[in-house]
Amino acid sequence: MSGEFWIAQSFNGISYGALLFLLASGLSLIFGVMRIVNLAHGSYFMLGGYIGLSVVWRTGSFATALVAGAVGVGLIGLGMERLFLRRLSGQTLGQVLMTIGFALIFQDLALLIWGGDPYTIPAPALLQGVVRTGTFSFPTYRIFIVLVAFVIGILLWLALEWTRAGAMIRAAVDDAEMARGVGVNVPVISLAVFALGACLAALGGVIGGAFLGVYPGADFEVLPYAFVVVIVGGLGSLPGAMVGSLLVGLLDNFGKALFPELSYFTLFAPMALILALRPTGLFGRV
Amino acid sequence: MKRRVLYGGLAAGLMAVMAPFLPAYPLTVLTQALIAAMLAMSLDLLLGYTGLPSLGHAAYFGVGAYAVAILATERQVGFAGCLVAGIVVATVAAALFGVLAIRATGTYFLMITLALGMVVWGLAFRWVSLTKGDNGISGVPRPDLSLTWSLWGALPFFYFTLLGALIVWVFLTTLVASPFGLGLEGIRESESRMRALGYNVWLHKYLAFVISGTVAGFAGVFWAYYNGFVSPVDVQLVTSVEALLMVALGGPGTLVGPAVGAVIIVFLKNFVSVYTKRWLLILGAVYIGAILFAPRGLFGALGRGRR
Repeated sequence: MSGEFWIAQSFNGISYGALLFLLASGLSLIFGVMRIVNLAHGSYFMLGGYIGLSVVWRTGSFATALVAGAVGVGLIGLGMERLFLRRLSGQTLGQVLMTIGFALIFQDLALLIWGGDPYTIPAPALLQGVVRTGTFSFPTYRIFIVLVAFVIGILLWLALEWTRAGAMIRAAVDDAEMARGVGVNVPVISLAVFALGACLAALGGVIGGAFLGVYPGADFEVLPYAFVVVIVGGLGSLPGAMVGSLLVGLLDNFGKALFPELSYFTLFAPMALILALRPTGLFGRV
Repeated sequence: MKRRVLYGGLAAGLMAVMAPFLPAYPLTVLTQALIAAMLAMSLDLLLGYTGLPSLGHAAYFGVGAYAVAILATERQVGFAGCLVAGIVVATVAAALFGVLAIRATGTYFLMITLALGMVVWGLAFRWVSLTKGDNGISGVPRPDLSLTWSLWGALPFFYFTLLGALIVWVFLTTLVASPFGLGLEGIRESESRMRALGYNVWLHKYLAFVISGTVAGFAGVFWAYYNGFVSPVDVQLVTSVEALLMVALGGPGTLVGPAVGAVIIVFLKNFVSVYTKRWLLILGAVYIGAILFAPRGLFGALGRGRR
């Protein structure tokens, strides 16, 4: 347990948290605007990874894979919201069953198309290798993940705080009925936020595909992490998703390193504690 | 109420009479359906009567099953010991988790029960020294009740399970018709009104949560004996959601409906998977179809559900 261990594990935790942020920020916004518990959110992550994988195989370009994964899954999200979820607004149980139905279908389709073998998306040569500072060496790819999450976090924050569309989203999060009353087109906002959330999750899937791999079952493996982030951070809160992701990334990493048999416990127990003290999460308002 | 008791009794009687004439495979599937029905009915107490959609109900079912599997294989504990242990462990788990979950309402409740369910899944998956991790625990022996018929036979075990399902059904029907049960329905309709009337809303919800967990653990005991094998699959999210689907498909708040929903899903699952590998695709479509075409469930749609 040297200082090196702590720094290396902290860095791993932060980079995993960065990946979780891509996944959870969308889930949190979707939740905030539409009050939908989207159990297909992990599927977006997985599908993003698979689409990215196919694109990298065909074109060899990681950047194209990122765009293709995000756009492809964004379109899936668009269709799901517009055609199916919209008619279930306010029906919590119906939404849960609907989204899990889609999650099962996506899982089976992915198995049908890509088979059951695990793959890894090859990262571009530029991002391979390590960056050395003094005695420490950090994998370049993990630094890249942190940077991407950071940039996206800043962009989301700027968009939410400083643009007209962002103000409308915030209004819809706070009180959808009042927002509608003052002329915000909440259905269109919901559609856009849902698609954006799917895009972000898919982006996380492509990026994560080069680091965690792409494999069947990845969807339901990342889903609980995304939920814990959202619960800890508070539903519909972007700062909450940021802090929650970092916290969960670190907790998970240290939990796995220090108490391997109880690693999920070390993740969920603090969540339970936070909930007991603040039922709406750290940054939740409702 | 009386009519429902009559129908339930008739269905059980019919099954008991038909069972000896059924081939072995449908009989084991029916046994499995009865266990699923117990789980679905336990969830209905929470979802249908109290209005609390739990996304982690497999946890209590699985905890009960794991308790039996561990005790029966490693300690050679007999039926009575395993039954008590399964029920107690599930009850304790529900009592602990309930304290956290009942604080939340609506969607938060859903997410917290999901996360708590994942705790149990994580333990089953990672606590290898106790649960054997992903490999699961196999070779759980059927209980020896020193009867004339060995429970290793399909037919005696079916009757054994039918008895269990009847116990669950009678217990829950009595419970929901009691003042306590009516209090739960009141909370489902309007929590604030019940609070104003002087009901201890928290306690009602908490007790419903714990009792529901206890009954799920009881079902889990049967599952461990039936399957002879317990693994993290039994506590995973998909199992919890499947239980939700059974309740939603049958009609929440009817008890009979969720039991029927369970029978439909289990039969569909077993027979469809014989013909196609694409079972998940079909199950996914069933989820979506059930919500679009029978949003109140089969029994709810027939007008016998909640008004």
